[in-house]
Amino acid sequence: MKNLLDLSIGESGKVLSFENQGVVRKRLLDMGITTGVQIKLIKVAPMGDPLEIELRGYNLSLRKSEAKSINIE
Amino acid sequence: MKKHTIALAGNPNCGKTTLFNFLTGSKQHVGNWPGVTVDKKDGVWKNHKEITILDLPGTYSLSPYSAEEKIAHDYIVNEKPSVVVDVIESPNLERNLYLAMQIMETGIPTVLALNMSDEIELRGEKIDVEGLEKHFGVKVVRIVAKTGEGTDELFKAVEETIEKNIVPNKLSVYEKIKVLDDEGQANARYDEIAKVVSKNYKKNVVLKSEDSKSSKLDKYLTSKVLGLPIFALIIYFLFQVSLSDNLFGLGIPGLGILLANWVTAIWDFLTSLISGAIVGASPWAYGLVIDGVMGGIGAILGFMPLVLVLYLFLSILEDSGYMARVAFVLDRIFRHFGLSGKSFIPMLMGFGCSVPAIMATRTLDEEKDRHITAIITPFIPCGAKLPIIALFVAILFPAQETANVTFLIYILTFSTAIVVSLLMNKFLYHSQKSNFLMELPQYRFPTLKSIWNRSFEKVKGFGKKAGSVILVSTILIWFLTNFNTASFTGENRIANNGESVMSDMDDSYMASLGNAISPIFSPLGFTGWRPTVGIITGWIAKENVVATFAQVYDEDLSEEYLESYFGSDSAQLEAEGFENGVFDIDTANELYADVLANGEDPNAFPSLKRDMPSTSGGFAYIMFNLLCMPCFAAVGAMKRELKTIRRTAGGVGIQMLAAYVVALAVRILGLIFGF
Repeated sequence: MKNLLDLSIGESGKVLSFENQGVVRKRLLDMGITTGVQIKLIKVAPMGDPLEIELRGYNLSLRKSEAKSINIE
Repeated sequence: MKKHTIALAGNPNCGKTTLFNFLTGSKQHVGNWPGVTVDKKDGVWKNHKEITILDLPGTYSLSPYSAEEKIAHDYIVNEKPSVVVDVIESPNLERNLYLAMQIMETGIPTVLALNMSDEIELRGEKIDVEGLEKHFGVKVVRIVAKTGEGTDELFKAVEETIEKNIVPNKLSVYEKIKVLDDEGQANARYDEIAKVVSKNYKKNVVLKSEDSKSSKLDKYLTSKVLGLPIFALIIYFLFQVSLSDNLFGLGIPGLGILLANWVTAIWDFLTSLISGAIVGASPWAYGLVIDGVMGGIGAILGFMPLVLVLYLFLSILEDSGYMARVAFVLDRIFRHFGLSGKSFIPMLMGFGCSVPAIMATRTLDEEKDRHITAIITPFIPCGAKLPIIALFVAILFPAQETANVTFLIYILTFSTAIVVSLLMNKFLYHSQKSNFLMELPQYRFPTLKSIWNRSFEKVKGFGKKAGSVILVSTILIWFLTNFNTASFTGENRIANNGESVMSDMDDSYMASLGNAISPIFSPLGFTGWRPTVGIITGWIAKENVVATFAQVYDEDLSEEYLESYFGSDSAQLEAEGFENGVFDIDTANELYADVLANGEDPNAFPSLKRDMPSTSGGFAYIMFNLLCMPCFAAVGAMKRELKTIRRTAGGVGIQMLAAYVVALAVRILGLIFGF
């Protein structure tokens, strides 16, 4: 299965599910990462981590460790 | 209208604070919510005095996971303000409506303020206000908080909501949400929002997100190649302007130091006026006023310009949206210490002065990061600690080694900061991972007014909170260094021919205190009351350590000693640089300073060497001074950010312990390797 890290820069994908647990999961939900939402990978930070993504019309940054658990269609 | 309290809610970066500042003007009251490091601000609506506005912390949601969210949630549900005004960043309507829906679900009277409505209009976009009003059953107002546009309409909407008791529609989705789990709730809300947005927000379909101002700026500011160099340049500039006394090598001081010099000069002038006026007073009263009170206030005033200038710049970085990029660029490094990228800014400012640096921890998102950073920032050697390093390294090491030793000292202080951060993270916060889910807001031009407001508030807060700590401790130390029991039995008065009841420093309470404490330090390789007193006076200001040494080791600088040191033979004196072979104390002092600075003579400073016989003991003394409790001004700033006395005392305890452990390690290595 593909996850957010498999997107190349500028590519978009739909969220299928995500496996993050606990507070991080709730945060992701609050920030609008829900099943079915369209996410676009904008860039990777200069030192290779974190990532910048675009969703619901705004830009969000998250670490690779969290992005890895977000499955993309 | 009767008296009412309304609450401002909204996402971070939605312009809520700008609106609050506009509505309340300068009449604000800043306190804090009980038990947490979150500001609580309220004020009176300046054109409608019957309304008190409470500024809730900026949150993305009301689900109570963070301190901020819990405050916002509990206030809305339990305190029930007359109206909640939810401020919405219009260009980011979709995500902002998430919080709005959570607020309206509680059934509390709500007004939606569509802020930055000018931005979307400029892009040729439109939000259907009536459509939103009809759907949610609340008043919706377009505003531009920066200019105050639409605030009259906002008042009318608030007034009408109160008078007609307008409560939000009970949408069928709210009923569904009640029985769902967290995930179901979020999905249901966002599904509903997606419908509302597609119906009421006419977007400009031609406009691509890559073409926005922010995306274009980020192409450079967070790019792989230029991201870090640009950041370094910005920080260099900030540093030069606020903390340098040689701005860009031009020989003039930067703005911060310039203002500080002026303030200090004015204060010194005032002090000299007062000193002249009370010159006839008894020595203790004179000392209390001049050294205690005036000196204490002077120490606070001297910091104010630095705090102000650093804050002006930091507010620009924060309000423009660049601070989030700093965290984005540096997160990779700081996560290893259990912190996030934003902690870099306070730690960097620590090189200049710990006081504004500690206050800058307020910009960190998580309480854990704020607390750890406020405690480890004083480990970074500030400007006032440089003379300590310079003096002792010169005394202890030969000239060719000073650069390496200084470098080693810096490495040791950074390592201490990192290790303490890791340990605190592990043992006090149970390895709780720093949450890094951060919005990268649109770049916006900050307004002068909001920058000034924010900076001024900080300086005022520092003056008030830190001021009392500094003043009290300065007076206490002044008392301890100038009095002893004989001051009160009249013995001193007799000894001083009736002129004064004060004592010499050698016999003062401070010396006794130093004697009592000094056994603690003997494992570190320095003994006697003198070095201990140096540490204690360093708590007033770290510059004092060097000044105190000059005072307590004055035998090593006395005319007799220097004369014997340079020899009395005129031929030799001439060779040493004394004109015509005549000994002159000033020249002797200069020559002696050269000898010391070059580390040429291990026999120089005999009485100091008696207290610190080994190089490792002296090195341990440097490390202890650099790492132990910072000056009282910085402790005052710590108290302000850590809020409770318990946490502040704990922080100081951690610093003391770290200082002791590092100094002891240095001494043990010295014993093993024989230095």
